[in-house]
Amino acid sequence: MAEITPGRAYGFFTDTSVCIGCKACEVACKEWNQLPGNAPAFGDGYDNTGALDAQNWRHVQFLDQVPDRTENSGRGKAWLMMSDVCKHCKDASCLEVCPTDAIIRTEFDTVYIQPDVCNGCRDCVAACPYDVIEMDEHTGVAQKCTLCYDRLQGGMQPACAQACPTDSIQFGPLDELRAAARRRVGDLHDQGVPEARLYGEDDAVYGGLNAFFLLMAEPEAYKLPNEKNAVLPSRNNAGGYLAAFGTAVLAVLGGLLAFRKRRDPEPEPEGGEEG
Amino acid sequence: MVSLAATFGRGAMTNHWRDIRHADVILVNGANPAEAHPVGFRWLMRAKTDRGAKIIHADPRFTRTSAVADTHLRIRTGSDVAYFGGLINYVLGNDLHHREYVEFATNAGLVVKDSYSFDEGLFNGFDEATGAYDPTAWAYETDADGNARVDIDHPRSVLNLLRAHYSRYTPEMVERITGIPREQFLEVARLVGTTGRPDKVMTIVYAVGLTHHTTGVQLIRSGAILQLLLGNMGRPGGGMNAERGHANIQGNTDHAISWDILPGYLKVPAPGQRNLDDYVAQSASKKLRPNAVNFFGENYRRFMVSLLKTWYGDTATADNEFAFDLLPKPAANSSWISIFDQALRGRMEGLILSGMTATSIGPDSNQVLQALSKLKWLCVMDPFRTTSSEFWNAPGMNPADVRTEVFMLPATHWIEKDGSFTNSGRWAQWKEQVLPPEGESRHDHWILADLFLRVRALYEAQGGRFPDPVRRLTMDYRDPRRPELDEIAREINGRDLGTGERLTTFADLADDGTTTAGDWIYTGHYPPEGNLTKRRDGVQDPEKNDPTGMGFYPNWAWSWPVNRRVLYNRASADPSGRPWDPDRPGIVWDPATRTWTGDVPDYPPTAAPGPDAPLPFIMTGEGTGRIFSNGVADGPFPEHYEPVESPVDNPLHPGQSTTPAVYRYDERAGRPNRFGTVADYPYIATSYRLTEHEHYVTQNVEQLVRLQPEAFVEVPAELAREKGIETGDRVRVSSKRGKLEVRAVVTGRLGPLMIDGRKVYQIGIPIHWGFVGINTGQHWLANALTPFVGDASSRTPEFKAFLVNLEKM
Repeated sequence: MAEITPGRAYGFFTDTSVCIGCKACEVACKEWNQLPGNAPAFGDGYDNTGALDAQNWRHVQFLDQVPDRTENSGRGKAWLMMSDVCKHCKDASCLEVCPTDAIIRTEFDTVYIQPDVCNGCRDCVAACPYDVIEMDEHTGVAQKCTLCYDRLQGGMQPACAQACPTDSIQFGPLDELRAAARRRVGDLHDQGVPEARLYGEDDAVYGGLNAFFLLMAEPEAYKLPNEKNAVLPSRNNAGGYLAAFGTAVLAVLGGLLAFRKRRDPEPEPEGGEEG
Repeated sequence: MVSLAATFGRGAMTNHWRDIRHADVILVNGANPAEAHPVGFRWLMRAKTDRGAKIIHADPRFTRTSAVADTHLRIRTGSDVAYFGGLINYVLGNDLHHREYVEFATNAGLVVKDSYSFDEGLFNGFDEATGAYDPTAWAYETDADGNARVDIDHPRSVLNLLRAHYSRYTPEMVERITGIPREQFLEVARLVGTTGRPDKVMTIVYAVGLTHHTTGVQLIRSGAILQLLLGNMGRPGGGMNAERGHANIQGNTDHAISWDILPGYLKVPAPGQRNLDDYVAQSASKKLRPNAVNFFGENYRRFMVSLLKTWYGDTATADNEFAFDLLPKPAANSSWISIFDQALRGRMEGLILSGMTATSIGPDSNQVLQALSKLKWLCVMDPFRTTSSEFWNAPGMNPADVRTEVFMLPATHWIEKDGSFTNSGRWAQWKEQVLPPEGESRHDHWILADLFLRVRALYEAQGGRFPDPVRRLTMDYRDPRRPELDEIAREINGRDLGTGERLTTFADLADDGTTTAGDWIYTGHYPPEGNLTKRRDGVQDPEKNDPTGMGFYPNWAWSWPVNRRVLYNRASADPSGRPWDPDRPGIVWDPATRTWTGDVPDYPPTAAPGPDAPLPFIMTGEGTGRIFSNGVADGPFPEHYEPVESPVDNPLHPGQSTTPAVYRYDERAGRPNRFGTVADYPYIATSYRLTEHEHYVTQNVEQLVRLQPEAFVEVPAELAREKGIETGDRVRVSSKRGKLEVRAVVTGRLGPLMIDGRKVYQIGIPIHWGFVGINTGQHWLANALTPFVGDASSRTPEFKAFLVNLEKM
């Protein structure tokens, strides 16, 4: 692929219409990032990973909606697969709540947690609307997809995108990915697949996602907040001062949630969108 | 691979992975490429995303392939002959076949002898006493010179017999046998029918879901016949594309992993053949048309003599028939199941397993365990402990009762050695050693070389009844105990014994003892200039490396034969040499240079088109693809037969429900019956792989064990409701032969089917677990359930269709 240039915005376009659920992305991610993984556990037969967490920075969701009877069910509608990942939001609540500035926006416009700066406060865990971040029990720091920051610095695309056999995961400059995604969704509509839609490609969710998706059903089917819900509280009003206020509220709330979580033997991190 | 050889002349995927992106329609049968071939599946998705190709997945289960297909047809396992037969009937009935192609490139016009018959499920030529057909009974009318009579309008032309044979396969009959609702079938049939046009092309992608049946060869052949009728063979984007289940299964097949062939698909000599004349007369295809090239048949002796010179060197001379006497001439079938049958009969002393674990593979693993127990010794060469090296300690076995001495020889993993892999598309690609061997492990071929030299020393010292096959074998390597794979590759390529130079093509092989070739189809892969399988001129510069733009990439690795990328590509052009579809040319006749251009032609390279031109399929005696074929053991046309264990009688001929040519091992050996009936085992089961594992070896890979940690079976939601089973519950699945006690995964992806008016359920059995591996406690062997019976021709086990019962625990 073309050279990876600092100063340019990069991201993922994950096209779920061609995902085959092979989980090469999950394995490539763990291999590159040296994540030991969780203990083997039976989930539901196909998804035995469960969720994005400290050990799983890519997670393939399986949504089985196949009816008992035989039907003309193709085009990815009946058994949906989607390789989920950190969205690298433009309005990244994790970054905004981080008290130590451990979470930064990199020269590739991605959201990165610096492990040596993170103090383990968990604010970001609570703030993330996508439940992407988790504390690593061994290192005591918050972990999530780095968009292979180290690989980008070395001029290599992220491990998951490189491993993906069907190009369901595409890496590239954001503007090029967005253009490709719009072409792809147009093609699908022309081929009679009206369910296809883009998620996070424009600024409607959290100001736009650097890791955006082509989905084959409503975002809610993939446990993603829809456009109505996917805004930071400040963004409901246009004023800039409110944005600052909202961020502050969120930070406080995130702190409270994190504080509660520390006391809670069985923490249930909640989405920041409720703030 | 038997069926493709019987139909086209070579036993291999006809096109190649990258080529699938040229297809307009992709039929996927007996395969789950998204899970078993996720990397190659890229090209199916490219066909879909780049040109809007339609993928039709006919499968018992709604799999990860179905999830991205345009249509999923829920078909009863093993009933694909009825599906393809129904499509053949639809195409012929609606005149949708590619008429000009059929006359040009198939044997549709040849007239079959009037002794041909088919009645109530039985073809002519069946011998009740032996339970086998005589395939020579299926022959053409010939003239005094042995040329077949050609008259497509004759009532006994292949085309008219084909029409009559499949006229019974109406959409109603297809529905009764397969369970595919007729409306849905007809929708697909209309789409398939469009690909009979020259500007459309369809590919059929299949794997062991077609092979693993008592009718496996015929399941594949029925698809191949459909492709010939529609004019889709030999063309980019077309073909019969067999997806092989390991990185190098095609290489194994090419180099004679099957008991009945020598390297390069030469037949194993048979008892009674006393010289090369006998051998060639009984093995090589006969020329049946004046213009047939019959390349394989005409050159059979050259290839065989060059092989004998490779193996027996100076011992092989014209005076001794090039040491033909030194080759074994097995009198009995020695295929996979037969090995364990012989062991059960107490006729085997020992067994060496390399690259496979018999216990897990089965079929009927419990019976295989008994077979291994009857050996004096078992030697396992493997990088890991396997269910075979540990068989004496399998759950249910009492080690004290097992007298078999087991030797575990640590072998290197493929990542610890160099050598080539030949992929499904016949591309031989050299790889480097990535890691040094661990501990005292040795390469399998070093172990075998050492063993061979020790056995030879014993023969030298002690003599023996027939020492020459061992004493005279060449071991012409720098260190005979440690042959380098590079040396073996050069030996396989062959050389001119006069000049000492390695050969560039098998056209130069001779039958006078002046050339060698360890496997003639690989001659040319290692010419004097070097090992062509190491070439890597690929997508880094498509304009330079893919001059035709068709994705042939001729300087990427090397494909047999002679670096040809699409087999039978003469049929990609019309009789005058113009491509059927100018947008997707295979080869094109260039009148200016008087040569064929494009891919490496599967045809004499300077033979001009015209009425006297050589016929298009150079590997068959007919000179065409074979709709009617005597190359199989159970009938010249594929017929639907029920699996040996089936819940219904054959709707076409209940009196002949299963194929008459099936070999029932237990019955023949006088052992108790191990087949169940629908009264005790009411559900159909089928076994398969999941994308997360490769057979059994990945039980040693932590990341993959995490992805799929535990054995399970897939249960149809409706049946699960009936039995109160939920996902995660423990269930017992049992056949007449064994049981599994594992978790259930409840899903609508396996639904009920209506078969001949009766509701049947199918249970899905992933195969990957056993009693060795890093995740302990996974001791159930899926193949404890599968039946000890195989295909009528190839004896490949019927892993994909059998009867079970299901209970909640």
